[in-house]
Amino acid sequence: MKFSESWLREWVNPNINTQQLVDQITMAGLEVDAVESVAGQFTGVVVGEIIAAEQHPDADKLRVCTVAGDGDETKQVVCGAPNARVGIKIPFATVGASLPPGEDGKAFKIKKAKLRGVESFGMLCAQTELQAGEDDSGLWELPLDAPVGVDLNEYLKLNDQCIEVDLTPNRSDCLSIQGIAREVGVLNRCEVCGPAIEPVDAASEVTFPVELQAEDSCPRYVGRVIQGVDVSKPSPLWLQEKLRRGGVRSIDAIVDVTNFVLMELGQPMHAFDLDKLDTQITVRFAKDKEKLVLLNGEEVELDTDVLVIADASGPLAMAGIMGGEPSSVTDATTNIFLEAAFFNPLTIANRARRYGLHTDSSHRFERGVDYNLATRAIERATQLIIDIVGGVPGPVVVAENDSVPAPVQVTLRKARIESGLGFSLADEDVLQILTRLGLEVVSSDDSSWTFAIPSYRFDISIEEDLLEEIARVYGYNNLPVTSMALPMRIDRQTETQTPLGRIRATLVARGYQEAICYSFVDTKIQSIIDPGITPVPLQNPISADMSVMRTSLWAGLINSLKHNLNRQQARAKLFETGLKFVSEDGSLEKLVQTPVIAGLIYGTKQGESWFGKSDKFDFYDIKGDVEAILALTGKLALPESVVFEPAVHSALHPGQTAQILIDGKIVGIVGCLHPQVQHALDLDQPAFVFELNQADIAQALVPEYTALSKHPEVRRDLAVVVDQTVTGLQLEKAVRNSAGDWLTELKIFDVYVGKGIDTQRKSVALGLTFQHPSSNLTDEQINTSVDAVIKYLESELNAVLR
Amino acid sequence: MENLAALTNEALGLVEKAEDLAALDHVRVEYLGKKGQITALLKSLGKLTAEERPAAGAKINEAKQQVQDRINEKKSQLEQASINAKLASETLDVTLPGRQSEMGGLHPVTRTLERIEKIFSAVGYRVEQGPEIEDNYHNFDALNIPAHHPARAMHDTFYIDENHVLRTHTSPVQVRTMESQEPPIYIICPGRVYRCDSDQTHTPMFHQVEGLAIDQNISFADLKGTIVQFLQAFFERDLEVRFRPSFFPFTEPSAEFDIQWESSKTGWLEVGGCGMVHPNVLRASGVDPEKYTGFAFGLGVERLAMLRYGVNDLRLFFENDVKFLKQFR
Repeated sequence: MKFSESWLREWVNPNINTQQLVDQITMAGLEVDAVESVAGQFTGVVVGEIIAAEQHPDADKLRVCTVAGDGDETKQVVCGAPNARVGIKIPFATVGASLPPGEDGKAFKIKKAKLRGVESFGMLCAQTELQAGEDDSGLWELPLDAPVGVDLNEYLKLNDQCIEVDLTPNRSDCLSIQGIAREVGVLNRCEVCGPAIEPVDAASEVTFPVELQAEDSCPRYVGRVIQGVDVSKPSPLWLQEKLRRGGVRSIDAIVDVTNFVLMELGQPMHAFDLDKLDTQITVRFAKDKEKLVLLNGEEVELDTDVLVIADASGPLAMAGIMGGEPSSVTDATTNIFLEAAFFNPLTIANRARRYGLHTDSSHRFERGVDYNLATRAIERATQLIIDIVGGVPGPVVVAENDSVPAPVQVTLRKARIESGLGFSLADEDVLQILTRLGLEVVSSDDSSWTFAIPSYRFDISIEEDLLEEIARVYGYNNLPVTSMALPMRIDRQTETQTPLGRIRATLVARGYQEAICYSFVDTKIQSIIDPGITPVPLQNPISADMSVMRTSLWAGLINSLKHNLNRQQARAKLFETGLKFVSEDGSLEKLVQTPVIAGLIYGTKQGESWFGKSDKFDFYDIKGDVEAILALTGKLALPESVVFEPAVHSALHPGQTAQILIDGKIVGIVGCLHPQVQHALDLDQPAFVFELNQADIAQALVPEYTALSKHPEVRRDLAVVVDQTVTGLQLEKAVRNSAGDWLTELKIFDVYVGKGIDTQRKSVALGLTFQHPSSNLTDEQINTSVDAVIKYLESELNAVLR
Repeated sequence: MENLAALTNEALGLVEKAEDLAALDHVRVEYLGKKGQITALLKSLGKLTAEERPAAGAKINEAKQQVQDRINEKKSQLEQASINAKLASETLDVTLPGRQSEMGGLHPVTRTLERIEKIFSAVGYRVEQGPEIEDNYHNFDALNIPAHHPARAMHDTFYIDENHVLRTHTSPVQVRTMESQEPPIYIICPGRVYRCDSDQTHTPMFHQVEGLAIDQNISFADLKGTIVQFLQAFFERDLEVRFRPSFFPFTEPSAEFDIQWESSKTGWLEVGGCGMVHPNVLRASGVDPEKYTGFAFGLGVERLAMLRYGVNDLRLFFENDVKFLKQFR
């Protein structure tokens, strides 16, 4: 909502300056977005009159004008505007004048000049040169009764501000000068008096029939015929200026008046060309596939839930949204039919948007227009129209049905003020505030009042709404501030759940940088990473590269990696936590939103340093990081609780991929990107990635103490040669199965393939540590265990002691 | 005996000249050893009278001791020199960078979220989470935003299908919490939210922290106190906070809150919205509005992070440029 301060002050004029006014309404909930001067800053510009105009001797497009207005004598001014002609009144920047600064920020000074050899004493101005409008087609033609020689600022009252208020959708009552004035009046406790609006007596009996067929969607429709208007008469300057300062363009007098009433009172109106209407107006819902050419020239096909104003031939207008082109007022119009109606907000809501429209009218109707305003608006518009373009008004015709809203009543319990707002307010103060807002007490007792809510306040329907009104007018910042005491409640500290923060901290300590990526990704990268899964698409994505929900966090991490590689980074360690969105069959019913943690490493193990070249990351680097996270579960050291198994994933290298199981349940995956994927993603080197299910890896064991043995531990090392297909996991299992009770630790400390070993075989060195809790182990005991291990490895895994 | 002084001087001279421990030991053997020259003098004592012997013996022993002392002294000098030489050879350029086991870092949004969570959990709020693909009921209807409401259109919603959206705020988590827990409820709900809007000051995804307090006798004054204390805790100073009436369908009365901020044009910067939970919202989730009241507030996490750390471009948060991320250690 944009309006000029001077217009507001015609209605209510508190003794405060612009800044105070702006602060005041902002703090009352009508947030002021912008305050700007209605015109550029200029001096030395007066109303001038062109007394004579002759062709410039040496330039086709220039005219040499004789202009009155600067002192008693006329001045010679060379002017290039196409409309420079004798008799018109124009803004005349005299020698010494200062015009609004252009882009360079410097004021433009008018000096005596010579144009193509002819002297010029000043400049004649267009609207744009004064920053007082958008018309730059020629000189700004002022009304012919403008007083020559008067300062233009004074004449046009340009010492005025445009104030733009960003209204919340509940405050439709403030979408007018009248509404803003009402607020300002309440806040300053001063009188609000708009122009007197008297009924305009009918001068003819001519009416046009109206029938309401849409029940509560249009309970009231007010119309009036005005015959014999002269639409060639322009809108007066005051009207054009009020509209301009409210951000509305002047079209013609009839449209300008309806726009004026909309801005002044908040009632959207429409004027039809009476001679184009067939038989009668019917307010009804559109019939299937009915068409209408709108005022903006577009033809729309109407849905059956769109309310229309129709005549016997078909729809004339989308009710409350936009008029139709065929029935609109044109140059040739002489008789008009004025409309002001109340449309139910529910009937208008969303319809304009559906057709890609948003009009001043739809904006108001979908938020709520005073249902008792239509007649007053018609009277106001009638008076203005006949004042400007003449015409003979017929009687006001009101069509209404039983669905006209009844005044809402709301009860306020006095005790709720203190319990809701935290302070008490004297009864008279409460009543003062609410009655100034237009509420009326309909009944009261010792503990409460019941108020009738005015027809323009669609946002007040419950007690809390009244609390807000009281708080708002009293001032939110005048309300007390208290320090609460929460009820003490000591929650159990679940040590069996590792907080996500600890997992993050572990990765950070291992050099990972946390990333946050969009949850929607490009289908292209998505299908490279998870070709087997149909991602959930967005119906209205912002762009193709953010069009489906991620089924893995890798897509985002890879994008981030590439962003950094493109900026001269050579290596990266990134991780992210968040939801992935996976549905077995792409349907929402089967959708699971799973919190996961994922990581990616790329490049060298260390950044560049003087220690020499660093190796590149390999599978065991990222596996080590995953193990560090899994160690937080307390299960990593338990035999066979945490298991890495060779696995297959379409995006990962078939020989360098492991799925991770905890106690038999798959909790994640780790591996190297498949060389083809790496190639498809345009990466020079292998990238290693992991993804873990947060809920599964968060489950931790509470540590349980086992007594420390006082007896020495004994270490025995074995080197065995086995087939290359035998895994470390198999060897470990076999050793644990056969080593007896006193094996406390098992380490694989070397794996060798090459010279001296059969090409299909490898040598693995195992370190076995034995310790007895309560006695010294004898050599014999240990040898027995080691022999058992060797035998077992030989028989189970075809191992040979080296 | 007559050459004792000469021998002693000779030995002392050699001790002085000895350049290493071997040379020194050679001197010791040569003069003080069993067959050493000074030791040999002791054997000549037999030629002396019994009266002369003690004094002469004492002299010889004195000379031996003198030489031995010098040898010891020299020995420790040489040892010290050798240690010094070894140390000198081991000297490093201590200004060269150390061997890095590099540290990563948390994303500034996470860092900010963790601070917010810490502030609220310290006074008894719990952290709750919810789904990001949310149904219309929890994202809108239960929050008093019916289908036709202009506020629904203002949300710039990403739609999944006609009944599901990407949550436009974290408020659905308060609904889910009220559905499953009995008051008193004191929670915050941090998380990602989505709006179909992308330009210099909007990203289609950002983070919010929603706060909710439901209990008996909670008033607007309590809400103001909570917000003011939080902001002062977060920014670690006594900044001014102001409340402006606003509108959210799920609260009544509603407010936006601004902090005083020097570099802002008006001197104030909006940091969030809040209000008393609308009775329709309480009722929809099975809470009796006659028995309980409460407040809710929403904080823009990126906004707070930008103000806290001086970040001037929202979009940086989601580009994951390590040069940006590494500034938040």
